[in-house]
Amino acid sequence: MKKHEAREPLFHIVKRAQIPLYQGILIRVAAIVLALLTCAAVFFFLTQKSPVDFYRSMFNGAFGTERRIWNMAHQMAILLCISLAVTPAFKMRFWNIGAEGQVLVGGLACAAIMFYFRQSVPLPLLWVMMTLASILASMVWAIIPAIFKANWNTNETLFTLMMNYIATQLVAYFINVWVKSGSGVLNPMPDAGLPKLGNAWTLNISVVAVLTVILYIYLRFSKHGYEIAVVGESENTARYIGVNVKKVILRTMMLSGAICGVAGLLIVGGTSYTINANSAGGQGFTAIMVSWLAKFNPLLMILTSFLIAFLQRGTNQVSNDFKMDNSISNIVTAIILFFIIGCEFFINYKLVFRKPSKEDAT
Amino acid sequence: MKKVLVLLISVCLVFTAFVACAANGGQTANPTDDANAGKKDSIKVGFIFLHDENSTYDLNFMNGAKAAQQKLGLRDDQIIFKYPIEEGNECYEAAADLVDQGCDLVFADSFGHEQYIIKAAEEFQNVQFCHATGTQSTVKTDLKNFHNAFASIYEGRFLAGVAAGMKLNEMIEAGKITAEEAVMGYVGAFPYAEVVSGYTSFYLGAKYICPSVTMKVNFTNSWYEPTSESEIANALMDQGCVLISQHADSLGAPSACEARNVPNVSYNGSTAATCPNTFIVSSRIDWEPYFEYIINCVIEGKEIDNDWTGTLATGSVVLTEVNEQAAAAGTQAKIDEVKAKLEDGSLKVFDTSTFTVGGETLTSYLADVIDVGDFQGETEVIKDGYFHESEFRSAPYFDLRIDGITDLSQKAE
Repeated sequence: MKKHEAREPLFHIVKRAQIPLYQGILIRVAAIVLALLTCAAVFFFLTQKSPVDFYRSMFNGAFGTERRIWNMAHQMAILLCISLAVTPAFKMRFWNIGAEGQVLVGGLACAAIMFYFRQSVPLPLLWVMMTLASILASMVWAIIPAIFKANWNTNETLFTLMMNYIATQLVAYFINVWVKSGSGVLNPMPDAGLPKLGNAWTLNISVVAVLTVILYIYLRFSKHGYEIAVVGESENTARYIGVNVKKVILRTMMLSGAICGVAGLLIVGGTSYTINANSAGGQGFTAIMVSWLAKFNPLLMILTSFLIAFLQRGTNQVSNDFKMDNSISNIVTAIILFFIIGCEFFINYKLVFRKPSKEDAT
Repeated sequence: MKKVLVLLISVCLVFTAFVACAANGGQTANPTDDANAGKKDSIKVGFIFLHDENSTYDLNFMNGAKAAQQKLGLRDDQIIFKYPIEEGNECYEAAADLVDQGCDLVFADSFGHEQYIIKAAEEFQNVQFCHATGTQSTVKTDLKNFHNAFASIYEGRFLAGVAAGMKLNEMIEAGKITAEEAVMGYVGAFPYAEVVSGYTSFYLGAKYICPSVTMKVNFTNSWYEPTSESEIANALMDQGCVLISQHADSLGAPSACEARNVPNVSYNGSTAATCPNTFIVSSRIDWEPYFEYIINCVIEGKEIDNDWTGTLATGSVVLTEVNEQAAAAGTQAKIDEVKAKLEDGSLKVFDTSTFTVGGETLTSYLADVIDVGDFQGETEVIKDGYFHESEFRSAPYFDLRIDGITDLSQKAE
C-alpha cells in the first residue's frame, strides 16, 4: 500500500484547449436527444401514455397548422427582439434584468399615445408618435439604473429588478385612470394600430429581422461594439486605452432601452392594441436565457429564440392535450435547458479516466 | 395459423360493422334525430381559460365543462381546452386555432377575453362564440354568433353571507367578540361591478343574520396573485377582521386564514381540502347547465340566447357543502330556510330598505347596463323597492358603494 500514497481517482477533469467544430455540435445534439428522452420518460411516469404521443403533441403545438407556425414565428420574433435588447448590456457585463419593465413602460407609452391621440391625430403621425414615445420611455427606464451605476457604482441587478415592479404598478395605475369601471381591462384600440404588412404577423417579424442584422453588425464591426467588449472584459483596461467607461455604460443602456421600446411598441401597437400588467409576459426574463445561450451573438440568438419559442408552444400543447397542469410546460423546458447548459461543461472540459494498471488489478 | 387468425378477426369485424349499421338503420324512426345524432358525434367544443387548474375560478369552469361532456356523452377529442390564455391578442389566436381544429362552439371564461372573442366571432361567422361575465352581447346585438352568459350569483353570495352571519353570531354569543367587533374582511380582485355586486350581496347576507356587522374591502388588481391575495388577507386580519371572504382566484386568502385560524367563506368552490379548520362554505356558479344548453343548441341547430342568466332555478347558482368543523351550528338549516325565501320571491337580496348609500335610502339609480365604453348609467334599475340585478343583463351592474362597507383602497384619497 505504500506505493499508493496519493491514489489516483477514478477520473479527473481536464480543461480542453480547443474542440473541433463537429465535436462541439455532436455534444450539443447528444444533449438535446438525451433531454428529449428524459422528458418523454418523465411524461410517461406522469401519464402512462406513450412518448410518441408526447412528441407528436409537442410538434403539433408548434407546427401543426399554418397559423401555429406563424404564431410561433411571431412569438420567436418578440422574444428575439427583447433578447437583442439585453445583449449589448450583457456583453458589457452590465446585468440588466429589467427588460421586463423596460418593455412594459415602452408599451405603456405607446398605449397612452393611442388612448389620448387616436381621435385627434392622423394615422401616420400617430404611428410616429407611438414609436418615438415607446423608444423614449424605455430609454428613460433603462438609463436611470445606468446613471446610478456609472456615477455611484450601485448594483444594477437589484436596481433594474426593482424598476420592473415600478413599471408593473405604473401600468396598473394608468389602467385604473383610463378604465373608469375599475375592471382593469383597457379595451383594444385596433383603429390606432400599426399598419399591416402582409398578414397580421409580418410587420413585427420583419422589424425584428432587420434589427437582428443591425445589432450583429454594430456589435461585431463598429467601434462602439469594440468598446462594449473591452469594458466587459476589464474596466481598467478600457480606461487604460482611453475608453470613457461612464459614457459607454450610459450609451449602451440607452441602446438596450431603445430596443426594449421597440418590443413594447410591437406588442402593444402591433399586436394586442391594449396593455395590461402581464403584457410582457415574463419574456424580459426568458430573453436573458436566449441571449446567454447564444453567447451574446445576435445571429445565434435566432436559433436559441427558436428553441425557446418551440419549447413554450410545444409544451403548452402537451399540457392542453393531456389536460395537465401547466407546470408540465415548465418542467419540460427546465429539463431541456438543464441538458443544454450542462453540455457546455463537456465542451469546455473532458473527463480523463484512470488507466487500469497492474497494481490496481491485484 | 397466424393468417387464419387474422382472417377470422377481419371477418368478425366486418360482420359487426354490418350488424351495427343494420341495427342503426332499423331503429331510426325520426330523420332529425338521426341528423342530431350525427351532429352530436361530430361536434367539437373549444374552451379558453385564463389560467390552469390552480386557479379556483378556472377550475370551476373546467369542472363544468367535464360534467357537461359526461352528461352529453361526448368523447374526449370533442372537448378541447386551451390555457393559460392571456387577456390579449393571444385570446384571438387561441380562438382562431380552435376554429382551425374544427370547433363548432368556442367558449372563453375571462372578462378581458371579450373583445378578442368578438374579433374572432366577426371573422368566423359559422362558429358560435360564448363568453362568460362579458357585457357586449347587449351592445352588439347584430353579431348573431356572439353570446354572453353569467348567473345571478349575488343570490349565492347572499346565502354564503348568511353562513358568515351565523358564524359571527356564534362568536358574539360565545363572548369572543362584541357585537361592534363583528368586522369582516374581503379580498377583491378588481373594483368593478362584478366584484362590488359580489361583496355587497355577501355583506347583506351576513347583515341579514347579524345586524351589527361591518366589512372592510381591499383589492389586488389582479385575478390570480397568490402573494398579494394572502398579504391583503393578513392585513385585513391585522386590522381586526374576524372573518374573511374573497373574490380572487388563488388559494392565497383562504390559506392565510387557515394559518391564523380565522374562518373563511370562499368562492368558486370548496377549499376544505386545503383549509379543513377554517373553510365554512363556498358559493359558486355551476356552469354545467349552461354548457349543456349551448352544446345542445349547436347540436339541434337552435339559436343560443344572446345573453343568458343562470339562477337558483336553473341549478347554476349553488353552494358547496357546509364544513361542520368551522361553521356555526344550524348553518345548513338557516341557508335552506333563506334559500326558500329567495326562491319564492319573498326576500330580495338588494332590498333598498336594508341598505343606505351615503346615509340615504335609494329610490332611483341609473346603471351602466348598455356598456358602450362611456361609463355612464342609462337604465333605471330600482323598482318595486329593490335593485334589479342581473335582469337587464347577465353580467352584474350593481356598483354602488353602500354604508357599512369600507373600501380601504379609497381611504387614502
